[in-house]
Amino acid sequence: MHDSTRKTPAWKRHLLAVALGTGLGFAGAAGAADHPTEKVSTTGLAVNDDTVKVGILHSITGTMAISETGSVEAEKLAIEQINAMGGVLGRKIEVIQEDGASDWPTFAEKSRKLLTQDKVAAVFGCWTSASRKAVLPVFEKENGLLYYPTFYEGLEQSKNVIYTGQEATQQNLAGLDWIAKEKDAKTYYLVGSDYIWPRTSNKIARKHIENVLGGEVIGEEYYPLGNTNFGSLINKIRLKKPDVVYASIVGGSNVAWWKQLKAAGITPERQTIVTISVTEDEVLGIGGENIAGYYSSMKYFQSLENDNNQAFVKAFKARWGEDSVIGDVTQAAYLGPWLWKAAVEKAGSFDVDAVAAASADIELETAPEGYVKVHENHHLWSKLRMGQWKADGQAEVVYESELIEPNPFPEGYQ
Amino acid sequence: MGGYSGQELTAIFVMQGFSGLSLFCVFLLMALGLAIIFGQMGVINMAHGEFLTLGAYITWLISELASTSPWLQQVYFPFAIVAAFAGAFLLGYIVERVMISRLYHRPLDTLLATWGLGLILQQIYRSTFGPREVSVGMPDWLMGSWAVNDMIDIPLNGLFVMAVTLIMTVGVVSMMYRSRWGIKLRATTQNRLMANAAGINTKRVDRFTFALGCGIAGVAGAAFTTIASTGPTTGSLYIVDTFLVVVFGGAASLLGTVVSAFGIAQSQSILEFFLSGSMAKVITLLVVVGILMFRPQGLFASKVRR
Repeated sequence: MHDSTRKTPAWKRHLLAVALGTGLGFAGAAGAADHPTEKVSTTGLAVNDDTVKVGILHSITGTMAISETGSVEAEKLAIEQINAMGGVLGRKIEVIQEDGASDWPTFAEKSRKLLTQDKVAAVFGCWTSASRKAVLPVFEKENGLLYYPTFYEGLEQSKNVIYTGQEATQQNLAGLDWIAKEKDAKTYYLVGSDYIWPRTSNKIARKHIENVLGGEVIGEEYYPLGNTNFGSLINKIRLKKPDVVYASIVGGSNVAWWKQLKAAGITPERQTIVTISVTEDEVLGIGGENIAGYYSSMKYFQSLENDNNQAFVKAFKARWGEDSVIGDVTQAAYLGPWLWKAAVEKAGSFDVDAVAAASADIELETAPEGYVKVHENHHLWSKLRMGQWKADGQAEVVYESELIEPNPFPEGYQ
Repeated sequence: MGGYSGQELTAIFVMQGFSGLSLFCVFLLMALGLAIIFGQMGVINMAHGEFLTLGAYITWLISELASTSPWLQQVYFPFAIVAAFAGAFLLGYIVERVMISRLYHRPLDTLLATWGLGLILQQIYRSTFGPREVSVGMPDWLMGSWAVNDMIDIPLNGLFVMAVTLIMTVGVVSMMYRSRWGIKLRATTQNRLMANAAGINTKRVDRFTFALGCGIAGVAGAAFTTIASTGPTTGSLYIVDTFLVVVFGGAASLLGTVVSAFGIAQSQSILEFFLSGSMAKVITLLVVVGILMFRPQGLFASKVRR
């Protein structure tokens, strides 16, 4: 955790030649000659005989850079690997990267630029729901294609977006089922940062606890984003002694929350806490020793032992430095270019309508998280895993569900 | 609160009291530096949070160096605080010299210029240390809690922040009211022309005062690594509350800053306990706005001529 070696500077890393042919991918790429440009691109996208342009749109500057950096790295790695295998329909992928600067109008503006000026065939990007909501009308109007990597609150579906992270029912229900059984939990305390994602997730969690698990929610509360003092909340938890604390606190608040829990003498032996907002990225800031023993509920952990993941982790570290960590969203971002490649090859075309239509039922056997499949609602079938954190900042997977069908508009949970 | 034993309630009362006190110390420590810069000099320093961040990063750098030896790991923290002060003081000195000193009679321009400076510093931190948050390795004596009895746990890091706040407050007060610099500063604040005429180098006083305020922000940054996050935008988490405390207390009064920090911290902490986090904030802000409507100069207004 406290290794003093630092990442190689960006300019140095770019000098390192990257040709990481891992075991990922599909059958050998077909040559461009088999797919004449006038056939594979009929809507004026930036496709020629040698290259196809795609966009990456994340925040490199501003408050969200902390979260989005990993996604950019994963998407670039995937694209480099695809190019090393011969590209898509015989064409190399050329990346145009724009900075959303943690500012939602900027996201909308840059996405319009990518779609109307650069004519990119697909965009990999966005992180917060706010940025996605800002670009959605642009993608629908200009008929673009967005691969969105973050786990999010659901209640959305678009022809123009492929959601590679989990929606809220996928991330919450199976984990709650498991913890209820494992800890024989009856009482729950829901806490979160005060914005749409924690509130929607907790709404779903509350319905599930009350209607399905027969448990009781004895507290639900929200703290402003950026709040750094949780003393009163911790005292309340101590007094009410819930069987499970269910937490979705994000950003700088997250670090304060875990540090202060530890300092207040709360231990995982005395208090079970499940969080849906901590990945390996966040643990870097929190410190493994402050969160060891508590649980995270999400679809991917860096420590997954399957062959796909080991190859992925190895390639990621070779490309971005030995100290890199890979969180849930980073992995989901990595899926984007591969899912797009598979859909383009299935459609035999770069045209957005064709690719969007071909996306349903695309399978990816090589995903680091294991097998995934695109649902016709453009979300992924995926598993839910419970990771128990260790002091070294990695999680031990203690539970893995079956593949869960994405259900962005869950009935009975609204 | 039915169904709880008297002993439980007492324990919660004690810990809740402590939690209010430690929030008070956080508020006070971060407001001290600003109280000097904004309160005494009238400079609206929007980059104040970034000086705090600098202190936090200096602490982190030193903790990384110290992590090579378990012995160093235990003792580095006091040195990190001194280094954080020195680093932020130095940067403050340079900023005053290069930027602030040219803007003394243009408060709105200062606001914009320091806001820009804050953004620049944030991006420098991001490019230098990476956008992700870093974790400062804590010595063992700062981790965990002091178990007074079976039910009462007092957080050690809270005690530590309290001690730092106490030392800094006593230090600042005695400097302002017991030292030659203090006399010069107060003279400059009260009447710059007369102070000049009396042979006080007011420019030097300004420079030192601004740098000192920044240095205190650096100390706050170092102390806050024990309780919260360290990242490029850490400072922005505190800046709004800091201005709130200083303005509410009455800009030119140190006593006002102390009382206002105490009042805001206690009301927020108690409201958080009985209501929820967001509601506590809303009510606290409403009360502050309400009081400021009747006392626009803040709780403790001292008569200042500029």
